[in-house]
Amino acid sequence: MSKSSLLRLKKKNFKVRSDLLRSLRAFFYDQDFIEIDTPVALKTPALEDYIDAIPAGFKWLRTSPELHMKRLLVAGHEKIFQLGSCFREGEFGARHREEFTMLEWYEAGGDYLSILEQTKGLLRKISSDLDLRKAYFEAKWQVLTVNEAFEKYAGLPAEEAIAKGEFEETLCFKVEPHLGKDVPTILIDYPASLAALSKKKKDDSNLAERWELYVDGLEIANAYSELTDPDEQLKRFRETAKLRSQENREVYEIDQDFMEALLEGMPESGGIAVGIDRLCMAMLQVEDISEVVFD
Amino acid sequence: MDVSDLRKGVKIKMDGAPHVVTHFDFMKPGKGQAVYRCKLKNMLTGNQFDKSWRSGDKMEKADLRSSVLIYSYKEDDQYIFMHPETYDQTYISEQVMGNQKHFLIDDAECEVLYFEDAPIEVALPNFVVKEITYTEPGARGDTATNVTKPAQIDTGYEVQVPLFINEGDLIKIDTRTGDYAERVKK
Repeated sequence: MSKSSLLRLKKKNFKVRSDLLRSLRAFFYDQDFIEIDTPVALKTPALEDYIDAIPAGFKWLRTSPELHMKRLLVAGHEKIFQLGSCFREGEFGARHREEFTMLEWYEAGGDYLSILEQTKGLLRKISSDLDLRKAYFEAKWQVLTVNEAFEKYAGLPAEEAIAKGEFEETLCFKVEPHLGKDVPTILIDYPASLAALSKKKKDDSNLAERWELYVDGLEIANAYSELTDPDEQLKRFRETAKLRSQENREVYEIDQDFMEALLEGMPESGGIAVGIDRLCMAMLQVEDISEVVFD
Repeated sequence: MDVSDLRKGVKIKMDGAPHVVTHFDFMKPGKGQAVYRCKLKNMLTGNQFDKSWRSGDKMEKADLRSSVLIYSYKEDDQYIFMHPETYDQTYISEQVMGNQKHFLIDDAECEVLYFEDAPIEVALPNFVVKEITYTEPGARGDTATNVTKPAQIDTGYEVQVPLFINEGDLIKIDTRTGDYAERVKK
């Protein structure tokens, strides 16, 4: 089949994608968020354990806009959202593309739970505006802690899977297929070792204030109460740098502009990243990302 | 090779045997490590199984090559093939020939697949013409093709044929399935 005829097949899906973006922007404008564009080509990409950046000349393509958006929070922009392409090297499969579209939003004064309420509102509005899967998104969402989900579907606590070095396999093969089956599922209370850039829980430092949304077994979004402590942040960056160096993978420089901003003082905030291609897949109930992207 | 080079159809060496990736999934949960989930088929035994790798894992590519050879003759339980230019002879065992041995015809051009210089698979031309050596007579004038009866070819292989096929007829057999394809006019 020619490339043009493959694109012709996507006419209906691209219209749904466009309607979804219109609905999404309306949601944020109605709540007095402003839309932001931060740089795509960066001096240094975010330092994360298992996310690799694609080089672009003397710069790097962003893997997410997170650090730049947090600098805007420090600068007093309280309600911000951004839609744009992000790039992650080597990620390719039925649910991944190296280039994909991400939505991120942040709210000063918020936390992972206030973000959860906004996420419910956003997805319910989108499904209602698109007239797709209304009953599914209107239903009461399931909330499962990471441990509950691991016990229930894999028969072992999450910490044990981590200790055995089998967290990813257990999550992918045994747990994820059950999540978001009849209603959207929120997987919450991640072990602190998987906190990434989230804050640890106030009443239990073994857990992180982080959740992920699943629809039909597909991971759609990742939300945090954002880490604001510069010392803790520097410590985590250094741990990540050490891990990457031990595994002979590129160690990106720590983003000094971001660290400076944290030292100035970042307000307590909630933030989230949503995979827009995957959200389109979920709304259209298709199983391969190629159906909703240009390719 | 690196695990990130895996794709459907790639052939790797594991436990001393060539394996083909028949199904490939890239998975990467949350902020975690990538998991490459594959279905593999052992090219010697046909056994299929699941296998997963993490990013950074390394594996060995299977050393496979193929060449076109001409079938010459059979000696004991060995099938002897000849290279069309060098006339070098290759002996292939009955075990490697598998079911394909029934469809061999003289001078057939076959594609022989080698793993580390040992032949492991022989692909015949997609269709070969064989003579029916035995079948019960069919009703004269019955040209229905949806009713079949058993028939034998010279190698003793039994194939289902339409009722109008008789002893001595020539038929085309699809070597990939072992099924009757059509009658050939003499």
